[in-house]
Amino acid sequence: MNDYLNTKGRIFDVQKFSVHDGPGVRTIIFLKGCFLRCRWCCNPESQRHEIETMTMNGKEKIVGRDVTVAEVMEIIEQDRIYYRRSGGGVTLSGGECLAQPDFAAAILRACHDRGINTAIESTGFASFDKIEKLLENLDLYLMDIKHTDSQKHKEYTTQPNELILENARKIAKSGVGLIIRVPVIPGFNCSKEEIASIANFAKSLETVRELHLLPYHRLGEPKYEGLGREYAMKGVGSIPAEHMDLLKKTVEDTGLKCQIGG
Amino acid sequence: MAKFYTADIPVSPRIEKLRDALFQKMPEIEADRAVILTESYKETEGLPMISRRAKAFRALMEKLPVTIRDNELIVGSSAKKARGCQMFPEFSCEWVEDELETVSTRSADPFYLADDTKATLKEVFKYWKGKTTSDLATSYMKPETLDAIKHNIFTPGNYFYNGVGHVTVNYGEVLEIGFGGIIKKAKAELEKVDLRDANASQKRIFLEAIIETFEAGITYAKRYSELASSMAQKCTDPQRREELLTIAKNCARVPENGAESFYEACQSFWFVQLLIQTESNGHSISPGRFDVYMYPYFKKDLDKGIITRESAQELVDCVWVKLNDLNKCRDAASAEGFAGYSMFQNLVVGGQDKNGEDTTNDMSFMCINASMNTKLPQPSLSMRVWNKTPHELLIKAARLTRTGCGLPAYYNDEVIIPALISRGLTLEDARQYNIIGCVEPQKSGKTDGWHDAAFFNMCRPLELVFSNGVDEGKQISVKTGEVENMKTFDDFYGAYKEQMNYMISLMADADNAIDLAHMQRCPLPFLSGMIEDCIGKGKSVQEGGAVYNFTGPQGFGISNVADGLYAIKQLVFDEGKFTLSELKAALENNFGKDMANNEEVKNITVGLVKALAEKGVNVSKEQIADIYQNVVAKSGGIISDGGGRYQEILKMIEEVPKFGNDIAEVDAFARDVAYTYTKPVEQYKNPRGGIFHAGLYPVSANVPLGAQTGATPDGRYAKTPVADGVSPAAGRDVNGPTASANSVAKLDHFIASNGTLFNMKFHPSALEGTSGLESFVALLRGYFDQKGMHVQFNVVSRETLRDAQLHPENYKNLIVRVAGYSALFTTLSKSLQDDIIERTEQKGI
Repeated sequence: MNDYLNTKGRIFDVQKFSVHDGPGVRTIIFLKGCFLRCRWCCNPESQRHEIETMTMNGKEKIVGRDVTVAEVMEIIEQDRIYYRRSGGGVTLSGGECLAQPDFAAAILRACHDRGINTAIESTGFASFDKIEKLLENLDLYLMDIKHTDSQKHKEYTTQPNELILENARKIAKSGVGLIIRVPVIPGFNCSKEEIASIANFAKSLETVRELHLLPYHRLGEPKYEGLGREYAMKGVGSIPAEHMDLLKKTVEDTGLKCQIGG
Repeated sequence: MAKFYTADIPVSPRIEKLRDALFQKMPEIEADRAVILTESYKETEGLPMISRRAKAFRALMEKLPVTIRDNELIVGSSAKKARGCQMFPEFSCEWVEDELETVSTRSADPFYLADDTKATLKEVFKYWKGKTTSDLATSYMKPETLDAIKHNIFTPGNYFYNGVGHVTVNYGEVLEIGFGGIIKKAKAELEKVDLRDANASQKRIFLEAIIETFEAGITYAKRYSELASSMAQKCTDPQRREELLTIAKNCARVPENGAESFYEACQSFWFVQLLIQTESNGHSISPGRFDVYMYPYFKKDLDKGIITRESAQELVDCVWVKLNDLNKCRDAASAEGFAGYSMFQNLVVGGQDKNGEDTTNDMSFMCINASMNTKLPQPSLSMRVWNKTPHELLIKAARLTRTGCGLPAYYNDEVIIPALISRGLTLEDARQYNIIGCVEPQKSGKTDGWHDAAFFNMCRPLELVFSNGVDEGKQISVKTGEVENMKTFDDFYGAYKEQMNYMISLMADADNAIDLAHMQRCPLPFLSGMIEDCIGKGKSVQEGGAVYNFTGPQGFGISNVADGLYAIKQLVFDEGKFTLSELKAALENNFGKDMANNEEVKNITVGLVKALAEKGVNVSKEQIADIYQNVVAKSGGIISDGGGRYQEILKMIEEVPKFGNDIAEVDAFARDVAYTYTKPVEQYKNPRGGIFHAGLYPVSANVPLGAQTGATPDGRYAKTPVADGVSPAAGRDVNGPTASANSVAKLDHFIASNGTLFNMKFHPSALEGTSGLESFVALLRGYFDQKGMHVQFNVVSRETLRDAQLHPENYKNLIVRVAGYSALFTTLSKSLQDDIIERTEQKGI
């Protein structure tokens, strides 16, 4: 009956006391493997499903390990007391949790069985039946919408955006909490018009009230080197705070609540 | 609708001026007290000691210089100069004599000493040879005890050289009935002295001493009143003139009478606080539950319209400034252990009343506000937290924490109350506890807690296991056998416990010897008048007059010992990776570290390689290593690196799981290790009729005492700091703040009823915004839900601290949490600064 607890999956990191990915104090489980290859991705080690080796600070580190849901739950349970005190819980991130839908669904189910609040941070790039499996035990969907122009989306992430936008509409209808998150990337989507376009789309989803702007940062750059890969965003600077404020105002003009950062 | 006034009340310009005046000069040593006291002692030889103390106190009250500083509203200064200090030769003076030449240039807490003051003190000290409490204490100690102290296994230095302090008097009662009321109580008791009672004369002499000291205290306040009047007459600024006249009026009324206004209550409080610290130089004279006993005066005046919130806040802020005006010069070694000129005047907000109802009131918020306004390290602000603590008080406190000043420290009622009850306090008393000094809980006005009784370095007995009880060539402890012959982990752990037990017994001997010396040479009648049940019993605090009597020596270094023992169990006994003999050699040679950095050996090696190269010989890397080893081998006597084996051993140790990462097995081990200290301590009794109970906190002694500790099997290099309190060793808790807190909460905090200390360091980004504050409070609540006792925070980035080391001139106001107290970062010694920088920094992700 508890077979789902034996479901295996591949994770590459666990982050406790996370305060920026969903309400309260959360434990983030990072699942390995992603459908997209975003140029700015700050977790390049999350993209491939294969277990790989990354060199950081001169030390080799194995990235990725296979665990059962029961094992993940043991880690999650360690901080239960902080979820309760803060209205927090668990967030599945990645990579992309939809790349391991059975594993992700089983973790969410196990959390709900134990009364733990759940969130996922996901691009929504998958057939909707996979998403539905997750929605059953999901409290909050933190969904990335990176661009409304499919061509540009594909150019920077390797995938078009039609499926993502369509799924966003369906998720919004499902009644599960939905917050739209936009990584603001120089040269890709950081103009006022581009952000306004995303915000308007978000606003059109009736259940969405909130949008987060996540400014580009370069903290992932050394990881590319550690994996022996090229960093496509070399030399790109961060976005000035004043410009972020302007974009925030642009979002707020649509009537959505907006915050910079998670 | 809001229950409390939570808004910030801004700081007045006066406070800024008072604050700046405090730090204009290096604090100075003054000789007045030492001179007056010594003269009095010379005149009273042959009288009972308690009478001599009372007469000396009266002389001080009549003759000490009185000073009112510019802009002050609350007056009363122990020294003529701001942050100046008086000397207390009756407790010890050898160290002062030895250090007269270096006290102004030493690294920790230097004091300016004028030449004429130096000459005066030298003259005064002649009288005290053989007459101090320190001298008497030494004569009571076993030779083995003195040896153990000399070899730095533990140090009872605090009370060995100083007054005991560490007390909270019944401020509420004194404010209400005044000194006059106390005199009345003593006189009533005097009436009742029955000559059929064997102790009648002792009782009478004691009560007369109380009456004398409180009368003297009234005299002292009246001198301030007169000074203020005469200053007012000369004052040309009409506003200041008014202020001085009010001061004159206040000091004429209090502390003689019960306070009638909030202003009088503040002034009366300050005289009590000052005079306790004039009678003795024991530190940690803790104001305790200021919000509870001051609130009624505040509320009454606010309702009557006599004060506004702003004017009341200014008075509270003035009290805060005065708490920073007091100072104390310690011996150089103690100054390292209590670094930062700290007086540890612990003031606590929040908590419960005797019936278990929450006591939070507007004054609780004003106290936190005062620490925000004054930005000063004193008082050591503490906050009691329990299940019904109002959320808004926690948020206000978290906002103070966010400023980075290390205040307040947070305490858990849900642990401390039952812990105190287990030591014999009534439920009503336990509910009203306050904090003394760093982290030590007790019931105000009823307790002589002797907290801070000794620093016990738990790493040193571990060294003694490896040396079979020998230190620096001398057998100073029991023989527990050569480690080579230990066959099981239990053999080894058993030997550690035996070393601990023996050293703990010597520590108790030291404490009790010092206790006796204070009882016989320095009973304190003024203090005793404000501690229940001294008047009733007719005995001073030092003779056991208090209702509750404890001795609380503190252990530290648990996480080093726990990590070390766990590594030994796993690597030596479970996996056989190396033997105890190999480990012993690695420890003796500091894991080969000194060798690797030995300049001489390096230079010789480089010289040889160069010489070979000149001859045209090409030397490979391997050959260089061989040459190096040869040099090492031939150097004889200098430390060896064991052919690289010691570093290998160190690497293996580093791979073993460590305390602080929420790993059940390791944490359970640490819990057991803490018992090797806390349980034996409970067996001892003190001469005041009380028991010993353990604390687990280091003040700042983990740095200087770590410098006297060899390498330890947890992979800690020799002479580096030992872990502080119950915190994981610096840099070893790598799984975030919740994991660190979960591990620490797995220790048994109840048995460490004299206090535990958990340091956490946060990057300022972790507390940003409302959600940052909420998450912080959740972390705190979560730790306390799991029965952690205490936690305190430094919220300052490593970069800032490094910059402050390089440019101290830009960081004069940077306050950091050291141990159970905060201090100005730039006043700390370099090594202590480094220790604070190295503590693991937690971030919200």
